[in-house]
Amino acid sequence: MIKFDRVGKLYPGGYEALKNLSFEIEKGELVFVTGHSGAGKSTLLKLIAALERPTAGTVLIGNQNVSKLRRAAVPFLRRKFGLVFQDHKLLYDRTVFDNVALPLHINGVVGHEAGKRIRAALDKVGLLSREKAMPITLSGGEQQRLAIARAVVSRPAILIADEPTANLDETYASEIMKLFHSFHQVGVTVLIATHDAHGSMEFGGRTLHLAQGELR
Amino acid sequence: MIGQMLAQHRLAFSLVAARMRRAPLALLMMIAVIGVTLSLPAMLYVALENLQRLAGGFQTAPQISLFLAMSAPEDQIKEIDARLDKHAGITTHRFVSRDEAWQKMQQSTGLAEITGGLEQNPLPDAYVIETKTGDPAAIERLQQEMQQWPGVEHAQLDAVWIKRLHGLLELGNKLVLVIAGLLGFALLIITGNSIRLQIATQREEIELSRLIGATDRFIRRPFLYAGTLYGIGGGLSALLILVGAVWLFNESVTELARLYASDFRLLMPTADVSLALVGGSALLGWIGSYVAVNRALADIERY
Repeated sequence: MIKFDRVGKLYPGGYEALKNLSFEIEKGELVFVTGHSGAGKSTLLKLIAALERPTAGTVLIGNQNVSKLRRAAVPFLRRKFGLVFQDHKLLYDRTVFDNVALPLHINGVVGHEAGKRIRAALDKVGLLSREKAMPITLSGGEQQRLAIARAVVSRPAILIADEPTANLDETYASEIMKLFHSFHQVGVTVLIATHDAHGSMEFGGRTLHLAQGELR
Repeated sequence: MIGQMLAQHRLAFSLVAARMRRAPLALLMMIAVIGVTLSLPAMLYVALENLQRLAGGFQTAPQISLFLAMSAPEDQIKEIDARLDKHAGITTHRFVSRDEAWQKMQQSTGLAEITGGLEQNPLPDAYVIETKTGDPAAIERLQQEMQQWPGVEHAQLDAVWIKRLHGLLELGNKLVLVIAGLLGFALLIITGNSIRLQIATQREEIELSRLIGATDRFIRRPFLYAGTLYGIGGGLSALLILVGAVWLFNESVTELARLYASDFRLLMPTADVSLALVGGSALLGWIGSYVAVNRALADIERY
Protein backbone atom coordinates (compact mmCIF):
# COMPACT_ATOMS: atom_id res chain seq x y z
CA MET A 1 0.00 0.00 0.00
CA ILE A 2 2.80 2.40 0.95
CA LYS A 3 6.32 1.78 -0.27
CA PHE A 4 9.42 3.92 0.30
CA ASP A 5 12.48 3.13 -1.78
CA ARG A 6 15.71 4.90 -0.80
CA VAL A 7 13.78 8.09 -0.09
CA GLY A 8 15.56 11.27 0.91
CA LYS A 9 14.28 14.73 1.69
CA LEU A 10 16.62 17.66 1.49
CA TYR A 11 15.10 21.04 2.40
CA PRO A 12 16.29 24.20 0.69
CA GLY A 13 19.11 25.55 2.84
CA GLY A 14 20.74 22.15 3.12
CA TYR A 15 18.83 20.53 5.98
CA GLU A 16 18.55 16.83 5.29
CA ALA A 17 15.40 15.63 7.09
CA LEU A 18 15.35 12.07 5.76
CA LYS A 19 18.16 9.89 4.41
CA ASN A 20 17.96 6.76 2.29
CA LEU A 21 14.71 5.48 3.77
CA SER A 22 13.25 2.17 2.59
CA PHE A 23 10.23 0.41 4.08
CA GLU A 24 6.83 -0.93 3.19
CA ILE A 25 3.47 -0.69 4.94
CA GLU A 26 0.74 -3.23 4.15
CA LYS A 27 -2.95 -2.48 3.89
CA GLY A 28 -4.64 -2.50 7.29
CA GLU A 29 -1.45 -2.22 9.33
CA LEU A 30 -1.08 -0.16 12.47
CA VAL A 31 2.29 1.60 12.42
CA PHE A 32 3.87 3.90 14.98
CA VAL A 33 6.58 6.27 13.82
CA THR A 34 8.71 7.09 16.82
CA GLY A 35 11.78 9.17 17.50
CA HIS A 36 12.88 12.40 19.14
CA SER A 37 11.55 15.66 17.85
CA GLY A 38 13.54 16.62 14.79
CA ALA A 39 14.11 12.99 13.87
CA GLY A 40 12.01 13.41 10.71
CA LYS A 41 8.64 11.98 11.82
CA SER A 42 6.55 14.84 10.47
CA THR A 43 8.49 14.93 7.21
CA LEU A 44 7.87 11.21 6.76
CA LEU A 45 4.13 11.64 7.24
CA LYS A 46 4.07 14.63 4.86
CA LEU A 47 5.79 12.58 2.16
CA ILE A 48 3.22 9.81 2.55
CA ALA A 49 0.24 12.17 2.41
CA ALA A 50 1.66 13.91 -0.69
CA LEU A 51 1.95 17.20 1.17
CA GLU A 52 5.61 17.32 0.14
CA ARG A 53 7.67 15.68 -2.57
CA PRO A 54 10.81 13.61 -1.89
CA THR A 55 14.10 14.94 -3.24
CA ALA A 56 15.52 11.43 -3.71
CA GLY A 57 14.11 7.94 -4.22
CA THR A 58 10.52 6.96 -4.90
CA VAL A 59 7.37 7.01 -2.79
CA LEU A 60 4.64 4.67 -4.00
CA ILE A 61 1.08 5.03 -2.69
CA GLY A 62 -1.07 2.22 -4.04
CA ASN A 63 0.59 2.03 -7.42
CA GLN A 64 1.09 5.76 -7.85
CA ASN A 65 4.55 7.25 -7.83
CA VAL A 66 4.10 10.39 -5.79
CA SER A 67 7.23 12.12 -7.08
CA LYS A 68 6.04 11.81 -10.67
CA LEU A 69 2.46 12.84 -10.04
CA ARG A 70 1.08 15.72 -12.12
CA ARG A 71 0.18 18.76 -10.03
CA ALA A 72 -3.49 18.47 -11.00
CA ALA A 73 -3.62 14.85 -9.77
CA VAL A 74 -2.23 15.64 -6.30
CA PRO A 75 -5.55 16.73 -4.70
CA PHE A 76 -7.15 13.41 -5.66
CA LEU A 77 -4.31 11.44 -4.07
CA ARG A 78 -4.59 13.51 -0.91
CA ARG A 79 -8.24 12.55 -0.58
CA LYS A 80 -7.21 8.96 0.14
CA PHE A 81 -5.82 10.07 3.49
CA GLY A 82 -7.44 11.20 6.67
CA LEU A 83 -5.06 13.64 8.32
CA VAL A 84 -4.85 14.59 11.98
CA PHE A 85 -2.46 17.51 12.22
CA GLN A 86 -0.15 18.25 15.10
CA ASP A 87 -1.71 21.69 15.48
CA HIS A 88 -5.30 20.42 14.80
CA LYS A 89 -5.92 23.06 12.10
CA LEU A 90 -9.52 23.46 13.22
CA LEU A 91 -11.45 26.36 11.73
CA TYR A 92 -12.60 28.56 14.57
CA ASP A 93 -15.05 30.63 12.53
CA ARG A 94 -17.57 27.77 12.20
CA THR A 95 -19.34 25.12 14.23
CA VAL A 96 -18.15 21.61 15.05
CA PHE A 97 -20.57 20.30 12.43
CA ASP A 98 -19.23 22.61 9.71
CA ASN A 99 -15.64 21.72 10.54
CA VAL A 100 -16.38 18.07 9.88
CA ALA A 101 -18.34 18.97 6.74
CA LEU A 102 -15.32 20.44 4.90
CA PRO A 103 -13.69 17.19 3.68
CA LEU A 104 -17.07 15.91 2.49
CA HIS A 105 -17.69 19.11 0.55
CA ILE A 106 -14.26 18.79 -1.02
CA ASN A 107 -15.21 15.24 -2.02
CA GLY A 108 -18.46 16.49 -3.50
CA VAL A 109 -20.71 14.99 -0.83
CA VAL A 110 -23.36 17.50 0.21
CA GLY A 111 -26.84 17.72 1.65
CA HIS A 112 -28.62 14.93 3.45
CA GLU A 113 -25.95 12.29 2.78
CA ALA A 114 -23.28 14.62 4.17
CA GLY A 115 -25.33 15.32 7.29
CA LYS A 116 -25.70 11.61 7.96
CA ARG A 117 -21.98 10.95 7.66
CA ILE A 118 -21.00 13.98 9.73
CA ARG A 119 -23.22 12.86 12.60
CA ALA A 120 -21.88 9.31 12.36
CA ALA A 121 -18.30 10.61 12.61
CA LEU A 122 -19.17 12.90 15.52
CA ASP A 123 -20.94 10.02 17.25
CA LYS A 124 -17.87 7.85 16.81
CA VAL A 125 -15.67 10.35 18.68
CA GLY A 126 -18.36 11.18 21.25
CA LEU A 127 -19.09 14.75 20.12
CA LEU A 128 -22.57 14.28 18.68
CA SER A 129 -24.16 16.45 21.35
CA ARG A 130 -21.72 19.27 20.58
CA GLU A 131 -22.36 19.61 16.86
CA LYS A 132 -23.56 23.21 17.13
CA ALA A 133 -20.75 24.29 19.46
CA MET A 134 -17.86 26.45 18.30
CA PRO A 135 -14.48 24.67 18.48
CA ILE A 136 -13.03 27.33 20.78
CA THR A 137 -15.47 26.22 23.51
CA LEU A 138 -14.17 22.62 23.41
CA SER A 139 -11.53 21.23 25.75
CA GLY A 140 -8.13 20.12 24.40
CA GLY A 141 -9.19 16.48 24.27
CA GLU A 142 -12.47 17.36 22.58
CA GLN A 143 -10.67 19.46 19.97
CA GLN A 144 -8.40 16.52 19.23
CA ARG A 145 -11.42 14.25 18.84
CA LEU A 146 -13.03 16.81 16.54
CA ALA A 147 -9.87 16.75 14.42
CA ILE A 148 -10.15 12.95 14.27
CA ALA A 149 -13.82 13.09 13.28
CA ARG A 150 -12.87 15.42 10.44
CA ALA A 151 -10.08 13.05 9.37
CA VAL A 152 -12.33 9.97 9.18
CA VAL A 153 -15.59 11.47 7.92
CA SER A 154 -14.84 10.78 4.26
CA ARG A 155 -13.87 7.20 5.13
CA PRO A 156 -10.24 7.30 4.04
CA ALA A 157 -8.26 4.09 3.53
CA ILE A 158 -5.29 5.52 5.39
CA LEU A 159 -5.42 7.49 8.62
CA ILE A 160 -2.35 9.58 9.46
CA ALA A 161 -1.89 11.35 12.78
CA ASP A 162 1.02 13.55 13.76
CA GLU A 163 1.59 13.58 17.56
CA PRO A 164 -2.14 13.25 18.31
CA THR A 165 -1.58 12.96 22.07
CA ALA A 166 1.20 15.52 22.45
CA ASN A 167 -0.62 18.06 24.59
CA LEU A 168 -3.06 15.78 26.40
CA ASP A 169 -2.94 14.35 29.88
CA GLU A 170 -2.76 10.59 30.24
CA THR A 171 -6.47 9.77 30.48
CA TYR A 172 -7.30 11.77 27.37
CA ALA A 173 -4.28 10.38 25.56
CA SER A 174 -5.25 6.78 26.12
CA GLU A 175 -8.82 7.55 25.01
CA ILE A 176 -7.46 8.95 21.77
CA MET A 177 -5.20 5.96 21.26
CA LYS A 178 -8.13 3.59 21.78
CA LEU A 179 -10.01 5.53 19.14
CA PHE A 180 -7.23 5.06 16.60
CA HIS A 181 -7.02 1.40 17.53
CA SER A 182 -10.72 0.99 16.81
CA PHE A 183 -10.22 2.35 13.29
CA HIS A 184 -7.36 -0.08 12.80
CA GLN A 185 -9.65 -2.91 13.89
CA VAL A 186 -12.16 -2.13 11.14
CA GLY A 187 -9.46 -2.37 8.47
CA VAL A 188 -8.13 1.18 8.15
CA THR A 189 -4.39 1.54 7.70
CA VAL A 190 -3.28 3.73 10.61
CA LEU A 191 -0.01 5.66 10.91
CA ILE A 192 0.73 7.54 14.10
CA ALA A 193 3.80 9.64 14.79
CA THR A 194 4.63 9.86 18.47
CA HIS A 195 7.66 10.73 20.57
CA ASP A 196 6.26 8.58 23.34
CA ALA A 197 7.28 5.02 22.49
CA HIS A 198 5.81 3.15 25.47
CA GLY A 199 2.27 4.40 24.80
CA SER A 200 2.28 2.56 21.52
CA MET A 201 3.25 -0.83 22.91
CA GLU A 202 -0.08 -1.85 24.40
CA PHE A 203 -1.85 -1.85 21.02
CA GLY A 204 0.63 -4.02 19.19
CA GLY A 205 1.39 -2.87 15.70
CA ARG A 206 4.73 -2.11 14.15
CA THR A 207 7.18 0.61 15.12
CA LEU A 208 9.36 2.58 12.73
CA HIS A 209 12.01 4.27 14.83
CA LEU A 210 13.65 7.32 13.30
CA ALA A 211 16.89 8.95 14.43
CA GLN A 212 18.50 11.80 12.55
CA GLY A 213 16.42 11.03 9.48
CA GLU A 214 17.33 7.34 9.33
CA LEU A 215 15.53 4.15 10.34
CA ARG A 216 17.03 2.45 13.35
CA MET B 1 -22.63 13.52 -12.03
CA ILE B 2 -24.50 16.61 -13.14
CA GLY B 3 -26.49 16.51 -9.93
CA GLN B 4 -23.28 16.50 -7.95
CA MET B 5 -21.90 19.43 -9.93
CA LEU B 6 -25.08 21.37 -9.31
CA ALA B 7 -24.87 20.53 -5.64
CA GLN B 8 -21.28 21.80 -5.54
CA HIS B 9 -22.34 25.07 -7.13
CA ARG B 10 -25.31 25.40 -4.81
CA LEU B 11 -22.95 24.85 -1.91
CA ALA B 12 -20.52 27.55 -3.06
CA PHE B 13 -23.41 29.90 -3.72
CA SER B 14 -24.98 29.42 -0.30
CA LEU B 15 -21.55 29.87 1.30
CA VAL B 16 -21.14 33.21 -0.48
CA ALA B 17 -24.70 34.25 0.34
CA ALA B 18 -24.08 33.51 4.02
CA ARG B 19 -20.83 35.51 4.00
CA MET B 20 -22.57 38.44 2.32
CA ARG B 21 -25.44 38.33 4.80
CA ARG B 22 -22.89 38.60 7.58
CA ALA B 23 -21.40 41.77 6.06
CA PRO B 24 -24.25 43.60 4.30
CA LEU B 25 -22.57 47.00 4.54
CA ALA B 26 -19.45 45.84 2.75
CA LEU B 27 -21.63 44.33 0.04
CA LEU B 28 -23.63 47.53 -0.38
CA MET B 29 -20.48 49.61 -0.60
CA MET B 30 -18.99 47.36 -3.26
CA ILE B 31 -22.17 47.51 -5.30
CA ALA B 32 -22.36 51.30 -4.93
CA VAL B 33 -18.73 51.77 -5.98
CA ILE B 34 -19.16 49.59 -9.06
CA GLY B 35 -22.52 51.16 -9.89
CA VAL B 36 -21.28 54.76 -9.71
CA THR B 37 -18.12 53.92 -11.66
CA LEU B 38 -20.05 52.21 -14.45
CA SER B 39 -22.86 54.75 -14.62
CA LEU B 40 -20.51 57.45 -15.92
CA PRO B 41 -19.60 55.86 -19.27
CA ALA B 42 -23.13 54.44 -19.51
CA MET B 43 -24.65 57.93 -19.21
CA LEU B 44 -22.24 59.31 -21.80
CA TYR B 45 -23.17 56.47 -24.10
CA VAL B 46 -26.90 57.05 -23.76
CA ALA B 47 -26.44 60.81 -24.28
CA LEU B 48 -24.50 60.14 -27.48
CA GLU B 49 -27.09 57.64 -28.68
CA ASN B 50 -29.77 60.28 -28.29
CA LEU B 51 -27.71 62.99 -29.99
CA GLN B 52 -27.06 60.65 -32.87
CA ARG B 53 -30.76 59.97 -33.17
CA LEU B 54 -31.37 63.70 -33.25
CA ALA B 55 -28.67 64.27 -35.89
CA GLY B 56 -29.86 61.30 -37.93
CA GLY B 57 -33.16 63.12 -38.49
CA PHE B 58 -31.44 65.63 -40.75
CA GLN B 59 -30.52 65.03 -44.35
CA THR B 60 -26.82 64.81 -44.76
CA ALA B 61 -26.21 64.52 -48.50
CA PRO B 62 -26.84 67.95 -50.12
CA GLN B 63 -24.15 70.38 -49.33
CA ILE B 64 -24.87 73.57 -51.20
CA SER B 65 -28.23 75.16 -51.98
CA LEU B 66 -28.15 77.72 -54.71
CA PHE B 67 -31.07 80.13 -54.46
CA LEU B 68 -31.59 82.11 -57.64
CA ALA B 69 -32.70 85.72 -57.78
CA MET B 70 -36.47 86.11 -58.28
CA SER B 71 -35.68 88.42 -61.12
CA ALA B 72 -33.20 86.12 -62.86
CA PRO B 73 -34.07 85.88 -66.56
CA GLU B 74 -34.41 82.56 -68.40
CA ASP B 75 -31.05 82.75 -70.20
CA GLN B 76 -29.20 83.44 -66.94
CA ILE B 77 -30.69 80.26 -65.47
CA LYS B 78 -29.60 78.35 -68.57
CA GLU B 79 -26.10 79.72 -68.17
CA ILE B 80 -25.98 78.58 -64.54
CA ASP B 81 -27.20 75.16 -65.58
CA ALA B 82 -24.43 74.94 -68.16
CA ARG B 83 -21.80 75.99 -65.65
CA LEU B 84 -22.96 73.37 -63.18
CA ASP B 85 -22.85 70.71 -65.92
CA LYS B 86 -19.24 71.47 -66.65
CA HIS B 87 -18.05 72.10 -63.13
CA ALA B 88 -15.36 69.64 -62.00
CA GLY B 89 -16.09 69.92 -58.27
CA ILE B 90 -19.70 68.76 -58.46
CA THR B 91 -21.15 65.26 -58.53
CA THR B 92 -24.86 66.03 -59.03
CA HIS B 93 -27.06 69.07 -59.26
CA ARG B 94 -30.82 69.16 -59.27
CA PHE B 95 -33.11 71.97 -60.22
CA VAL B 96 -35.94 72.66 -57.79
CA SER B 97 -38.45 75.01 -59.31
CA ARG B 98 -40.22 77.48 -57.07
CA ASP B 99 -43.55 75.70 -57.68
CA GLU B 100 -42.16 72.36 -56.68
CA ALA B 101 -40.67 73.80 -53.49
CA TRP B 102 -43.93 75.53 -52.69
CA GLN B 103 -45.92 72.30 -52.99
CA LYS B 104 -43.48 70.47 -50.75
CA MET B 105 -43.66 73.17 -48.17
CA GLN B 106 -47.43 73.07 -48.10
CA GLN B 107 -47.40 69.32 -47.60
CA SER B 108 -44.86 69.25 -44.84
CA THR B 109 -46.38 69.00 -41.42
CA GLY B 110 -46.09 71.90 -39.07
CA LEU B 111 -45.55 74.39 -41.89
CA ALA B 112 -49.07 74.19 -43.35
CA GLU B 113 -50.30 76.92 -41.03
CA ILE B 114 -47.59 79.27 -42.16
CA THR B 115 -48.06 78.62 -45.86
CA GLY B 116 -51.81 78.91 -45.53
CA GLY B 117 -51.44 82.50 -44.47
CA LEU B 118 -49.48 83.49 -47.57
CA GLU B 119 -51.19 84.87 -50.67
CA GLN B 120 -48.50 83.87 -53.12
CA ASN B 121 -45.41 81.75 -53.42
CA PRO B 122 -42.46 83.55 -51.83
CA LEU B 123 -39.90 80.94 -52.84
CA PRO B 124 -37.22 81.33 -55.51
CA ASP B 125 -36.00 78.72 -57.97
CA ALA B 126 -33.09 76.79 -56.61
CA TYR B 127 -30.41 74.23 -57.32
CA VAL B 128 -29.47 71.51 -54.85
CA ILE B 129 -25.84 70.60 -55.38
CA GLU B 130 -23.72 67.75 -54.07
CA THR B 131 -20.02 68.36 -54.09
CA LYS B 132 -17.33 65.80 -54.78
CA THR B 133 -15.30 66.69 -51.74
CA GLY B 134 -16.44 66.31 -48.17
CA ASP B 135 -13.81 68.72 -46.92
CA PRO B 136 -15.63 71.67 -45.32
CA ALA B 137 -12.99 74.20 -46.45
CA ALA B 138 -13.22 73.12 -50.12
CA ILE B 139 -17.00 73.24 -49.97
CA GLU B 140 -16.81 76.72 -48.57
CA ARG B 141 -14.58 77.83 -51.50
CA LEU B 142 -17.13 76.41 -53.93
CA GLN B 143 -19.90 78.23 -52.15
CA GLN B 144 -18.01 81.53 -52.40
CA GLU B 145 -17.37 80.94 -56.11
CA MET B 146 -21.04 80.27 -56.85
CA GLN B 147 -22.10 83.28 -54.84
CA GLN B 148 -20.35 85.45 -57.50
CA TRP B 149 -22.32 83.96 -60.44
CA PRO B 150 -24.82 86.32 -62.01
CA GLY B 151 -28.38 85.42 -61.21
CA VAL B 152 -27.49 83.74 -57.90
CA GLU B 153 -29.13 85.44 -54.99
CA HIS B 154 -27.65 83.25 -52.26
CA ALA B 155 -25.43 80.16 -52.05
CA GLN B 156 -25.96 78.35 -48.80
CA LEU B 157 -23.91 75.66 -47.14
CA ASP B 158 -26.41 73.13 -45.93
CA ALA B 159 -24.96 70.12 -44.33
CA VAL B 160 -21.48 71.07 -43.29
CA TRP B 161 -22.44 71.66 -39.71
CA ILE B 162 -24.14 68.27 -39.64
CA LYS B 163 -20.95 66.74 -40.94
CA ARG B 164 -19.07 68.48 -38.21
CA LEU B 165 -21.62 67.23 -35.69
CA HIS B 166 -21.13 63.70 -36.95
CA GLY B 167 -17.42 64.15 -36.62
CA LEU B 168 -17.89 65.30 -33.05
CA LEU B 169 -20.20 62.39 -32.29
CA GLU B 170 -17.60 60.03 -33.67
CA LEU B 171 -15.09 61.60 -31.35
CA GLY B 172 -17.58 61.23 -28.50
CA ASN B 173 -17.96 57.54 -29.28
CA LYS B 174 -14.24 57.06 -29.03
CA LEU B 175 -14.19 59.01 -25.80
CA VAL B 176 -16.87 56.72 -24.34
CA LEU B 177 -14.81 53.70 -25.37
CA VAL B 178 -11.67 55.06 -23.75
CA ILE B 179 -13.46 56.05 -20.54
CA ALA B 180 -15.30 52.74 -20.36
CA GLY B 181 -12.01 50.92 -20.89
CA LEU B 182 -10.22 52.85 -18.17
CA LEU B 183 -13.05 52.56 -15.66
CA GLY B 184 -13.44 48.88 -16.50
CA PHE B 185 -9.80 48.42 -15.65
CA ALA B 186 -10.34 50.29 -12.39
CA LEU B 187 -13.25 47.95 -11.62
CA LEU B 188 -11.02 44.93 -12.18
CA ILE B 189 -8.66 46.32 -9.58
CA ILE B 190 -11.48 47.19 -7.16
CA THR B 191 -13.12 43.75 -7.26
CA GLY B 192 -9.75 42.02 -7.32
CA ASN B 193 -8.70 43.90 -4.22
CA SER B 194 -11.92 43.19 -2.37
CA ILE B 195 -11.63 39.49 -3.16
CA ARG B 196 -7.99 39.56 -2.09
CA LEU B 197 -9.08 40.88 1.33
CA GLN B 198 -11.68 38.11 1.61
CA ILE B 199 -9.04 35.54 0.75
CA ALA B 200 -6.81 36.93 3.46
CA THR B 201 -9.52 36.36 6.08
CA GLN B 202 -10.08 32.83 4.79
CA ARG B 203 -6.46 31.87 4.37
CA GLU B 204 -6.55 29.15 7.04
CA GLU B 205 -9.50 27.49 5.39
CA ILE B 206 -7.84 27.64 1.98
CA GLU B 207 -4.58 26.18 3.29
CA LEU B 208 -6.36 23.38 5.12
CA SER B 209 -8.58 22.61 2.13
CA ARG B 210 -5.48 22.31 -0.02
CA LEU B 211 -3.89 19.87 2.42
CA ILE B 212 -6.90 17.58 2.49
CA GLY B 213 -7.37 17.37 -1.24
CA ALA B 214 -9.34 20.37 -2.48
CA THR B 215 -8.80 21.23 -6.13
CA ASP B 216 -8.04 24.79 -7.20
CA ARG B 217 -11.44 24.84 -8.83
CA PHE B 218 -13.13 24.05 -5.50
CA ILE B 219 -11.24 26.81 -3.72
CA ARG B 220 -11.82 29.33 -6.49
CA ARG B 221 -15.54 28.69 -6.86
CA PRO B 222 -17.00 30.72 -3.95
CA PHE B 223 -14.72 33.68 -4.72
CA LEU B 224 -15.73 33.65 -8.38
CA TYR B 225 -19.34 33.64 -7.27
CA ALA B 226 -18.67 36.59 -4.98
CA GLY B 227 -16.93 38.58 -7.73
CA THR B 228 -19.66 37.84 -10.25
CA LEU B 229 -22.39 38.78 -7.77
CA TYR B 230 -20.60 42.06 -7.05
CA GLY B 231 -20.51 42.65 -10.80
CA ILE B 232 -24.19 41.89 -11.31
CA GLY B 233 -25.21 44.02 -8.34
CA GLY B 234 -22.98 46.86 -9.51
CA GLY B 235 -24.29 46.61 -13.08
CA LEU B 236 -27.88 46.71 -11.87
CA SER B 237 -27.22 49.73 -9.69
CA ALA B 238 -25.48 51.47 -12.62
CA LEU B 239 -28.58 50.77 -14.69
CA LEU B 240 -30.76 52.21 -11.94
CA ILE B 241 -28.62 55.36 -11.78
CA LEU B 242 -28.79 55.63 -15.58
CA VAL B 243 -32.57 55.28 -15.76
CA GLY B 244 -32.93 57.79 -12.94
CA ALA B 245 -30.68 60.28 -14.71
CA VAL B 246 -32.49 59.96 -18.05
CA TRP B 247 -35.83 60.38 -16.30
CA LEU B 248 -34.57 63.47 -14.48
CA PHE B 249 -33.10 65.01 -17.65
CA ASN B 250 -36.22 64.26 -19.65
CA GLU B 251 -38.19 66.68 -17.48
CA SER B 252 -36.10 69.53 -18.85
CA VAL B 253 -35.43 68.11 -22.32
CA THR B 254 -39.11 67.76 -23.21
CA GLU B 255 -39.74 71.26 -21.94
CA LEU B 256 -36.94 72.62 -24.11
CA ALA B 257 -38.03 70.57 -27.11
CA ARG B 258 -41.57 71.92 -26.83
CA LEU B 259 -40.20 75.45 -27.23
CA TYR B 260 -38.76 74.31 -30.57
CA ALA B 261 -42.08 72.61 -31.47
CA SER B 262 -40.47 69.20 -31.28
CA ASP B 263 -41.56 66.15 -29.38
CA PHE B 264 -37.98 65.02 -28.91
CA ARG B 265 -37.21 63.24 -25.68
CA LEU B 266 -34.34 61.16 -24.38
CA LEU B 267 -34.89 57.45 -24.85
CA MET B 268 -34.27 55.08 -21.97
CA PRO B 269 -31.41 52.59 -22.43
CA THR B 270 -32.54 49.71 -24.64
CA ALA B 271 -32.70 46.10 -23.49
CA ASP B 272 -29.47 45.42 -25.41
CA VAL B 273 -27.63 48.21 -23.67
CA SER B 274 -28.96 47.22 -20.25
CA LEU B 275 -27.98 43.61 -20.79
CA ALA B 276 -24.52 44.60 -22.02
CA LEU B 277 -24.06 46.83 -18.97
CA VAL B 278 -25.02 44.19 -16.41
CA GLY B 279 -23.34 41.35 -18.31
CA GLY B 280 -20.14 43.31 -18.85
CA SER B 281 -20.07 44.25 -15.20
CA ALA B 282 -20.56 40.62 -14.16
CA LEU B 283 -17.74 39.56 -16.47
CA LEU B 284 -15.41 42.18 -15.01
CA GLY B 285 -16.22 40.96 -11.50
CA TRP B 286 -15.52 37.39 -12.52
CA ILE B 287 -12.18 38.23 -14.14
CA GLY B 288 -11.13 40.43 -11.22
CA SER B 289 -11.74 37.70 -8.67
CA TYR B 290 -10.22 34.99 -10.89
CA VAL B 291 -6.96 36.90 -11.08
CA ALA B 292 -7.00 37.60 -7.34
CA VAL B 293 -7.66 33.97 -6.35
CA ASN B 294 -5.05 32.59 -8.70
CA ARG B 295 -2.44 34.95 -7.32
CA ALA B 296 -3.36 33.93 -3.76
CA LEU B 297 -3.25 30.23 -4.65
CA ALA B 298 0.19 30.65 -6.17
CA ASP B 299 1.30 32.30 -2.93
CA ILE B 300 0.03 29.46 -0.80
CA GLU B 301 1.21 26.62 -3.00
CA ARG B 302 4.34 24.97 -1.74
CA TYR B 303 3.97 21.45 -3.03
